[in-house]
Amino acid sequence: MTSATGQQHPLGVYLKIWAWLFVLSTASYLVDYFHLQGYLRWTLIIVFMLLKAGLIVAVFMHMLWERMAFLYAVVVPPLLLLVFVGIGALEADYTFLTRHMFFGATP
Amino acid sequence: MSHASNAPVAAANVGPAAPLRAGLEGFVSDWSSDQRAFKNVSWGKAMMWIFLISDTFIFGCFLISYMTVRISTTVPWPNVSQVFSLNIAGHDLPLILIAIMTFVLISSSGTMVLAVNYGYRKDRVKTFVFLLLTAALGATFVGMQAFEWSKLILHDGVRPWGNPLGAAQFGSSFFMITGFHGTHVTIGVIFLIIMAVKVLRGSLDHERPGFLTGRKGNYEMIETMGLYWHFVDLVWVFIFAFFYLW
Repeated sequence: MTSATGQQHPLGVYLKIWAWLFVLSTASYLVDYFHLQGYLRWTLIIVFMLLKAGLIVAVFMHMLWERMAFLYAVVVPPLLLLVFVGIGALEADYTFLTRHMFFGATP
Repeated sequence: MSHASNAPVAAANVGPAAPLRAGLEGFVSDWSSDQRAFKNVSWGKAMMWIFLISDTFIFGCFLISYMTVRISTTVPWPNVSQVFSLNIAGHDLPLILIAIMTFVLISSSGTMVLAVNYGYRKDRVKTFVFLLLTAALGATFVGMQAFEWSKLILHDGVRPWGNPLGAAQFGSSFFMITGFHGTHVTIGVIFLIIMAVKVLRGSLDHERPGFLTGRKGNYEMIETMGLYWHFVDLVWVFIFAFFYLW
């Protein structure tokens, strides 16, 4: 008897996602290979990263098939890290500024 | 062999007369219900997820500290693409080592998911093979990381407190972040091997209690193990983007 809580899905779904992960990884490697710079580089890196992370969490970690109550309990708390990122960036910019003012310009 | 029907997964753990509602309505009723909010989620899986959330915060803190030191340093950051390049057959390929490590880890995620799937189909041998394959790919990853570390330490002279390539913070961030991730992979490999042995000798089929926790064996353990392994891959996705590509 199979466990009712088990996550059993057709193999094809996994294989498709697996292929996509390879494609996306290759794409993000190519960003570096072709020396893309500036906002184009950063946008592409973030887009490929989020797509990969989304596919892994949704399909490989079965979040797509979990109940919404559980999905929110898992996915929402890590989003708070974004607040932390914002605070960190502000603080770091300030440190950079004071280093410039008091320890002279870049060598 | 009976396959679980895809019909509503309800009524397994919830007791009688408690139909599970879908969508937002279900969200509210789950959270406002008696005794347990996470319907259809075994405690093993829920606890693994809670552990993974805490781990997310740890890696989040590492990556955020890396961000702050990289923004605030007045010394140029080393050219990561060159630092991790390899000369293969006369061509200098930028970042190639890291790309290969990424592919190895993604391959291991694929084999892990197959192991989970064959586990639920009670195919003992295939589950064992794919678990072992996952462990082997994980070990390959750690091996390549060891190579990367020794190259950086011995050849490039990178130390946690400084390096000849640029900003001193590069070394500390690198060793801290990849070291912690590598530790996770290593622990994962050990547990994969343990689980593979349990599968092969039929401990999960016969629900034998484990030697450490005394929990009865079942094939959901492989799914829970898989959650950890996919998380390790997930963290690498972020490290690859922010540390190696940025």
